[in-house]
Amino acid sequence: MLINNPKLLEKQRTLLMDVSVAGRRASTTPSMDVPLSDMPPAELLRDDLHFPEVSEPQLIRYFTHLSTLNYGVDSGIYPLGSCTMKYNPKLHEDAVRLPGFANVHPIQPDETAQGALQLMHNLQTYLAEITGTSAVSLAPLAGAHGEFTGLQMFRAYHLEHGQIQRKRVLIPDSAHGTNPATAAMLGFTVTSVATDNDGNVDMDALHKELGTDVVGLMITLPSTLGLFERHIVEICKAVHEAGGLVYGDGANMNALLGQVKPGALGFDVVHLNLHKTFSTPHGGGGPGSGPVCVSETLRDYLPDAVVVKIANNTYKFHRPAKSIGKIAAFNGNFGMLVRAYAYIRILGAEGLKSISENAVINANYVLAKLKGDYLLPYQRLCMHEVIFSAKRQKEHNVRALDVAKRLIDYGFHPPTMYFPLIVEEALMIEPTESEGREGLDAFIDAMLSIAREVEEQPELVRNAPYSAPMTRLDEARAARQPVLRWRADADKQKI
Amino acid sequence: MAFPYITNTEEDRQVMLKAIGVSSSADLFNDIPHEFRNPTLNLPPPVSELELKRELEMLAGKNIDPQGWASFLGAGSYRHYVPSVVGHITGRSEFYTAYTPYQPEISQGTLQTIYEFQSMVSELMGMEVANAGMYDGASALAEAALMACRITGRMSVTVLDTVSPTYIEVLKPYLLPQGVAIDISSSKNLSLKQTTACLIVQQPNFYGFMEDMKAHAAEADAVGALKVVTVDPISLGMLKPPGEYGADVVTAEGQSLGVAQSFGGPYVGLFACKSKHLRQMPGRIVGQTVDSQGRTGYVLTLQTREQHIRRERATSNICTTESLVALATTVYMAALGKRGMQEIATLCYHKAQYAAKQISQLKGFRLTSSSPFFREFTVTCPSAPAEINKYLLSKSIIGGLDVSAKIPNGMLFCVTEVNTRVEIDKLVKELAGFADK
Repeated sequence: MLINNPKLLEKQRTLLMDVSVAGRRASTTPSMDVPLSDMPPAELLRDDLHFPEVSEPQLIRYFTHLSTLNYGVDSGIYPLGSCTMKYNPKLHEDAVRLPGFANVHPIQPDETAQGALQLMHNLQTYLAEITGTSAVSLAPLAGAHGEFTGLQMFRAYHLEHGQIQRKRVLIPDSAHGTNPATAAMLGFTVTSVATDNDGNVDMDALHKELGTDVVGLMITLPSTLGLFERHIVEICKAVHEAGGLVYGDGANMNALLGQVKPGALGFDVVHLNLHKTFSTPHGGGGPGSGPVCVSETLRDYLPDAVVVKIANNTYKFHRPAKSIGKIAAFNGNFGMLVRAYAYIRILGAEGLKSISENAVINANYVLAKLKGDYLLPYQRLCMHEVIFSAKRQKEHNVRALDVAKRLIDYGFHPPTMYFPLIVEEALMIEPTESEGREGLDAFIDAMLSIAREVEEQPELVRNAPYSAPMTRLDEARAARQPVLRWRADADKQKI
Repeated sequence: MAFPYITNTEEDRQVMLKAIGVSSSADLFNDIPHEFRNPTLNLPPPVSELELKRELEMLAGKNIDPQGWASFLGAGSYRHYVPSVVGHITGRSEFYTAYTPYQPEISQGTLQTIYEFQSMVSELMGMEVANAGMYDGASALAEAALMACRITGRMSVTVLDTVSPTYIEVLKPYLLPQGVAIDISSSKNLSLKQTTACLIVQQPNFYGFMEDMKAHAAEADAVGALKVVTVDPISLGMLKPPGEYGADVVTAEGQSLGVAQSFGGPYVGLFACKSKHLRQMPGRIVGQTVDSQGRTGYVLTLQTREQHIRRERATSNICTTESLVALATTVYMAALGKRGMQEIATLCYHKAQYAAKQISQLKGFRLTSSSPFFREFTVTCPSAPAEINKYLLSKSIIGGLDVSAKIPNGMLFCVTEVNTRVEIDKLVKELAGFADK
């Protein structure tokens, strides 16, 4: 898979435009079967288009080669914490390509898209059941888009209740960056709430911040420390008593499937990342899908559109009474919805519970085996992911980044690094339920071996990787002198 | 019970639990308050892959697949032929099962394709730089409006009323909470102010017709407002790119470039701007650099704009976007290449002109504008478009979009290279048949 072949690397430096030769083409065009009309005035037309001209075999070899430089879930263990890089079932890829799904226009009449609407309606029902909430909109296109949607509903709710002074969102300091960034997009200010020594929200700090100016709290469960928040029920109650609402970031729902329903704990909104918990592939950075699941309090505020069932087993799109309106052009990332639906259907209730059980066992197994060699900042069992600190390794002048890069040489994708921000030199490992015991043992052996290397040959670790398609890349240079697109040699100085 | 996506056996689990030092997996969940543990999940019983496949085929079969019909519906999602190469590349699991390329040493495939994407998008739009993509065309436009506010420090935007009504609606949740005012204006009554951050124009506009970009650019320039344009990328195989009429930020829905219509998603928003505005751009950007051996490679760059670094001071909250869809558009653009892009645009143009000529010759049907149009056009109909569409549906034709809310009895038709002359003639015949009823 990952080969360090100098000839191939040479090829990699070449972009399509570099191999473009006038007259080549990789596609054909249907014939003109209508009489020609007058062209628009010349001032409306473009002069030229500098696009690649390559043959079909050239095109396929180029992208096939590029694909071999990537590491995917199908390549091996991908323990990227907070990203839930689980296996992506293959049937799903076939299903979304069925002509009756792939070719349907998003605004063709509802009566001609009954199968798609039925699937969406069923999925809404399943997700409400899994999260213990009242209603669901599948419209948000990613996790951060779900957060955006959730806070829009908070805003609409408070405006409706005359609470215009509520402008402050409380967010634990362990949170993902999208939480504060989303609050800012809504024009809110952000107050960070400290984490206590056990990795829970500091309750004194929370109580101190609660007041009539608070929109609500955004909280991830389990937290990004991979820990279940022990005060969660008390937290939700306190926020509600202060007139605020509770946003549940469902990024880590993989730990909770069938174990607990977040809605029952007091969340007003939970968004789900279908591209994490429900196995839709990450695609190298999307597409995602971030449905929002809401309590009874907020169901009327859901975005346009929600699918409802009407008479005679037919379905239609519906705009809730106090809807925050449209948040994207169409009906959500339908292709992702098909995959999530398929996932839930094959697993059922028992299978979903088995997913969370195995994900949590796997993470704790890694925790148990590595805690002797890597510092465990919170001395307790974890949920679906375990966070270590490379502080001990830092004494040898080796950083979390170096450990991560060295793992590549052992054939594994690195864990998440330097997140959450409150853990120094963080290494965040999320094995997911896809991995089995032997696979984890191999990963653990690699981590232990690297820990030894850090002590005996730190230089080796500091310069890793050696066996990847590339050695370490100069990120500072990329930012200092941005080169962001292909240019003809003569134009290269322009940007 | 064993499930295909779980590797551990019961024996594995027991060995692992012992290593962890607990007696059962239930002990791992003890932090969850007891009264909420182990809820009943009322879901249908699990099915086998074969049964699931049948169920999905049954659901897909309940939809009318417009591929087998004559369809003239566009309005933001377009039916174009997708060459087979696209699916074969996006179907490679090294691409689709990878995460965002935060580890560049083992992500050069994704990074280099994004670099190709940025190169082709900026070339197509005639702009200096492009990002790695946004959620869709509507949210990309809303983010462009926010970007214009950040650049100018002004808190109001003007949007022409010929921009997609959905796109205008999506501006609201993005702009209003931050205190940005939205002025929706016809081009006739346009009055930009010194406080206007940008003028937003769709080219060709939502109703299909070309806007006078030269005039609009002059009006924006007169008050120092930025020019934000949302375009149809297929049209740019033929039409002047926005960079040539002075656009500052250009966005587009990328779906028409080789992406399945898929009931509305996943699509991808295209986003390009002048390089002087680069640091205000939302979303991910890939840049070229070298590795420690001096070899050319690619990395995510300028990340200090982004949420994972800058948190509440980021340019946007956007994180996961539509990378695989961007790959599809990249393969599509490369497969069509220079000539293919020109030919598809030319086919769309002439077929749309032909259809419009035939339809507007029918009694009671009239084009709503004399401006040039590309692959969509609006006509006023002799009766309610909803009724006409119902009739067309009975003849296995999906008609145009009913835009009577904006234009009395207006219908927006779309014609692409996929529509044959036979289909167009059939549409015209049935429209005539309806008029004669």
